[in-house]
Amino acid sequence: MPGLGTTLGRGGATTFQQDLQHSDCILIMGSNMAENHPVGFQWVMEARERGAEVIHVDPRFTRTSAVATRHVKIRPGSDIAFLGGIVNYIITHERWFHDYVVNYTNAPVIIDPRFRDTDDLDGVFSGFDAKQEAYDLASWQYEDLDMTGSAGRRMGSTVSGGKLVTHELSPSEKAAVDRPLEHGEPPHVDFTLQHPRCVFQLLKRHYARYTPEMVEQICGSPKEHFLAVAEALCANSGRERTSAIAYAVGWTHHTEGAQFIRTAAMIQLLLGNIGRPGGGILALRGHASIQGSTDIPTLYELLPGYIPMPEEGMTDLATFLYETTAKGGFWGHMDAYMISLLKAWYGEHATAENDWCFGHLPRINGDHSIYPAMMGMFEGSVKGFFCVGENPAVGSANASLHRRAMANLDWLVVRDFFEIESAAFWYDSVEIETGVLRTANIKTEIFLLPAADHMQKDGSFTNTQRLLQWHHKAVEPKGDARSELWFYYHLGKRIREKLRASSDPKNRAINELTWNYPELGALEEPDAHAVLREINGWGPDGKALDAYTKLKPDGSTACGCWIYCGVFKDEQNQAARRKPGHEQSWVAPDWGWAWPANRRQLYNRASADPDGNPWSERKRYVWWDAERKEWTGHDVPDFVKDKPPDYVPPDGAKAEKALDGRSPFIMQGDGKGWLFVPDGLVDGPLPTHYEPEESPVDNALYAQQSNPVRERWPSAINPYHPSGSATGADVFPYVMTSYRLAEHHTGGGMSRTLPHLAELQPEMFCEVSPALAAERELVHGTWATIVSARSAIEARVLVTDRVPDYEIQGRPVRVVGLPFHFGRRGIAVGDSANDLWSISADPNVHIQETKAATCDIIAGRRPRGPALSALVNDYRRRAGLPAEE
Amino acid sequence: MSGLYDETAAEREMATHTQQESRKGFFTDTTLCIGCKACEVACKEWNQLPADGYAFTGNSYDNTGELNGSTWRHVAFVEQLRSGALAAPAAPPPQSPAQSQSQSQSQGAPTGGHQVVHPDAGRWLMESDVCKHCTHAACLDVCPTGALVRTEFGTVVVQQDVCNGCGYCVPACPFGVIDKRDYDGHAGKCTLCYDRLQDGETPACAKACPTESIQYGDVEELRTRADARLAKLQREGQYTDASLYLRDTGDGIGGAGAFFLLLDKPEVYGLPPDPFDTTRDLGRLWRHAGYAALALVGVTALAALGTRR
Amino acid sequence: MREETPAGGVRSWPLVRQFTGRDKHALGAAALSATTAALEPRTATADRVVKSICPYCAVGCGQKIYVKDEQVVQVEGDPDSPISRGRLCPKGSATRGLSTSPSRLSKVRYRRPYGTAWEELDLETAMEMIADRVVATREATWEATSNDGKPLNRTMGIASLGGATLDNEENYLMKKLYTALGVVQVENQARL
Repeated sequence: MPGLGTTLGRGGATTFQQDLQHSDCILIMGSNMAENHPVGFQWVMEARERGAEVIHVDPRFTRTSAVATRHVKIRPGSDIAFLGGIVNYIITHERWFHDYVVNYTNAPVIIDPRFRDTDDLDGVFSGFDAKQEAYDLASWQYEDLDMTGSAGRRMGSTVSGGKLVTHELSPSEKAAVDRPLEHGEPPHVDFTLQHPRCVFQLLKRHYARYTPEMVEQICGSPKEHFLAVAEALCANSGRERTSAIAYAVGWTHHTEGAQFIRTAAMIQLLLGNIGRPGGGILALRGHASIQGSTDIPTLYELLPGYIPMPEEGMTDLATFLYETTAKGGFWGHMDAYMISLLKAWYGEHATAENDWCFGHLPRINGDHSIYPAMMGMFEGSVKGFFCVGENPAVGSANASLHRRAMANLDWLVVRDFFEIESAAFWYDSVEIETGVLRTANIKTEIFLLPAADHMQKDGSFTNTQRLLQWHHKAVEPKGDARSELWFYYHLGKRIREKLRASSDPKNRAINELTWNYPELGALEEPDAHAVLREINGWGPDGKALDAYTKLKPDGSTACGCWIYCGVFKDEQNQAARRKPGHEQSWVAPDWGWAWPANRRQLYNRASADPDGNPWSERKRYVWWDAERKEWTGHDVPDFVKDKPPDYVPPDGAKAEKALDGRSPFIMQGDGKGWLFVPDGLVDGPLPTHYEPEESPVDNALYAQQSNPVRERWPSAINPYHPSGSATGADVFPYVMTSYRLAEHHTGGGMSRTLPHLAELQPEMFCEVSPALAAERELVHGTWATIVSARSAIEARVLVTDRVPDYEIQGRPVRVVGLPFHFGRRGIAVGDSANDLWSISADPNVHIQETKAATCDIIAGRRPRGPALSALVNDYRRRAGLPAEE
Repeated sequence: MSGLYDETAAEREMATHTQQESRKGFFTDTTLCIGCKACEVACKEWNQLPADGYAFTGNSYDNTGELNGSTWRHVAFVEQLRSGALAAPAAPPPQSPAQSQSQSQSQGAPTGGHQVVHPDAGRWLMESDVCKHCTHAACLDVCPTGALVRTEFGTVVVQQDVCNGCGYCVPACPFGVIDKRDYDGHAGKCTLCYDRLQDGETPACAKACPTESIQYGDVEELRTRADARLAKLQREGQYTDASLYLRDTGDGIGGAGAFFLLLDKPEVYGLPPDPFDTTRDLGRLWRHAGYAALALVGVTALAALGTRR
Repeated sequence: MREETPAGGVRSWPLVRQFTGRDKHALGAAALSATTAALEPRTATADRVVKSICPYCAVGCGQKIYVKDEQVVQVEGDPDSPISRGRLCPKGSATRGLSTSPSRLSKVRYRRPYGTAWEELDLETAMEMIADRVVATREATWEATSNDGKPLNRTMGIASLGGATLDNEENYLMKKLYTALGVVQVENQARL
């Protein structure tokens, strides 16, 4: 998550769920935690019962709102206006935590004089290339010092708007890249925070227009309710108190989702809530190991441990390391992490002479995420596709596009527990029904392979708080069901066998790969422990390493994922540790294993003041023990254990040694929390309110309507509605938002198939306010049809006051709420909300915007067959969009 | 309501086992309920009950509708919101930095006073309903086959192998809890996980409940806990509408093994406001007749026992 | 804990129990059937209990899997977990159904190009066919260098989606194999 990663240094929740019980105020926003993380929510209830404020800011009144102490409504997609309003409130009323901000953030740093703010350029920052729809980040840098973001790239190239933007460095820029920190500090800082170009003043000016009145106008949140939230956060922060913020995909599913999260991180920095008990930001992930699948990424732009995937032009390891190694902090050891990874993968074949097999790695040169890949399938360039425990035919935006894309493949492998929609689309889908697809014309060869479940295999999940927990195999998989471990291991073995004799240079990367794991039992299941041990890594003696600080850039260590180094400490599977929680402190350090280094609260050096003493007794967590000359406390200190608070880096210091003793953000190049992000985000150094791709209103703050570098794929199959006051926008007058229910799981494969869950939410429905129902003559309990330029779906009507109406800039805005779980297979069936969405995405993380768009809604069921296409085409015509087929 | 029964007699009547356990039950605190329905699923999973059907009811988020022979936990959802007024009371005026500094420096304790219910905003009530395991259980009294029994835990259980499906118990229940199932013709309802209790385990619903809205334990202890909870809520000005339902032993069913903390009148949740044992008069007649019959049969049985010796 | 119920004989007769025991109204011990008397929870009769973690959301609740005769007979929360303290949500509580559902797949299904029905295929053949297709597609779509001659070492002809419900070890092998094959379009739910 670059929102957290660029601001704080690591793309993970800063805190852990149990610690919420110590919060004095919890803001839940972009999350419906009680419904989607019910068991984690027990810790919010604990806090509430101890007297904490629990605030839910959400477009709907949900089961979370029902037990919160305060619910404030907010128009979908307007969160930065609300959060920016809080930033403005904090600064205007001087409620920021002075000593924390001055010492622990980059507030004092002076920014390049070329920098221009959105206020100067009416909604865009300096460096915007309108033709490319991309930013050149050069003018966002610190003055005379180029900062590489955490595992980011050196200035010179960025993937912005889905494109690789290169920038020829001027001599002064080159000097800024090569300049080190001076005794831990950038060359130009103003600790009085008065310099007009210091980050604090830029921040103050940038958010000056985010007034309570503006918040009310943009978000539709009553001003006094907004003020109550801002005040509650301020009143519950400081030396004696802490506030926490919890979010989920309600923030990520936007064309500037990373910036939503970043604004929250900025608030927490200003209020001094990061790294402290009861504080922090809890990123609530929606799948058992979604954190794990970014740590050990099945993501195109990353290698394990957030090492960037090499880009085109990084021809050798030296170039790669020059581009990605940070001036200070632990990203200063990129060489050790990368070479250890290559040793884990290529073993004896990786030598200093052959650049550690760096040349075996493929290169990226643009956005290769799932949406462009699906476009590639639709257009025919992608021929083969593995769909593994995922259901894009239901779960992905513009689901119809995905079904049609898969119908254009040469071959498709689906691995799942059930025959999900993504396996059955060729004979059971809306497209078959309308005649857009015909079974006999679909060339795709499909292999549907039964998968083993978590009870049938050993392995570890990484939960929402970066905690690895091992699950032990309870029973053998049935029939042909196999684990993914088995599938990929044996697939790899077969491929290697086929290519073994090949002298083709492209096959060296396969043939030299280390691919030997012990095979267990009759099924020849690869030993998951052995894989975890490789992930952990080993030293020159072949013994499992106990810490990533032991990794070396000389080829003597191997490590599959450096941030997981330590999970196999002492040759023990630390993820399988299960010392009962009631026998430990609330931190529970002996249950499972958390990355990094088993730390549960990140950046916890910030729980002490610059001198190393707790900010207060009440919020004591990690502190400097002057007698023993080490950091100590309730958790593993997130700091060099014996680096004293008064440490000043000597000349020429590198990596963590280049950071001083009071900089808690040890993954950042300068050790500071970044209120202003000079590098690492492609759509701006300061979060700025833009309207969603499709909005019923114009941007009240700037002429720039939407995120100028958001990703778009305009085509006949992926049309966008006119937005704001544009002609034709009124054809889709309502706002739609999608979400989950407590009773179901994502695309439904693991819930709509189970009777005990299916009966609880058996059918697709939509939630509308009484006013909207009256306006469109929708009758509670009957059917409605929701229409977009992509498709039309039908849903049962639930008229409820829980969906509020909004007044935005003097006009009513009404919302249609849509659970997205449903599909045609399983027991609980219904049309898929994702059929309605277009694909437009955040340019940093390529996540689609499915939390806010526009639609129409009419009474009655949708037409069947070709009449459905005719209805959608009629809407397209009226909105001025080309009809399809 | 009080005085219908002699409480001591009621308790004595419940002691039907030589190895009597302390009475077990549920205290369901609706102020802690998040409406997740984990209780419904955990119950059905443990008791291996089928789904009832797959129909959208339109009744808020409640699609199971009611307690019946195969749904032994049921979460009721009551929406009490007024359109456009979904928010908190007016904010406190912004404080000067000085004010806030002194406040946050001096006060160690949380700000407190979580007024969850905003009178001007409305609320969404959720309540997990279950068999009440009445002190005076009409279902038990009318069962002609002995399928319904009072266990050593003071709970009321249907023995599936004995039940002949006569259905007398169904109209007898003042709460409409017990029900006859289509699929096997037997009556069914919550057993308080009688089998789990044998092993000292918590009933499945209470064990699963993520927020401890469903609390299981000794009824006496739960009553004390409920009283303390109510007093706390009233003392702190939270949930001023809160009241305990079926906690009193003097009510028409002699108190319940499963009782509730509600935020509105019982009828708002679909619960009878003034339930009474439907056999309270009939029962005495039957009992007297029963004693007479027993005396006769008992003599015969003893005689038989004697001869065997 | 339970009323002693004689295994047989006259003393097990309900009426005798009613008369001789405390249960004069035959509402309790006297009315217990033999089945009721023999009740035992599945959690007690399981062959083994295996510690696990819930596969749904990322809270990471501890689960205990109860196994009897190599079947999962019950899944409950693990009270030892410091995160979940033995509790589970509706999805976590329904986990056993994943294992016992009659619609759960256990055989490979194959749909040939332009086919109109699923066919059966043994796993061995399916694996071999998939390996062949990966090799062939990779060969046909290989990009050794970019237009201006910089190394790319990749195929854009193959894509993969999935991972967020998979184990770390599985994701690791996926990423390792795909990267070695030059497959870069590797994605998961983290974005969805």
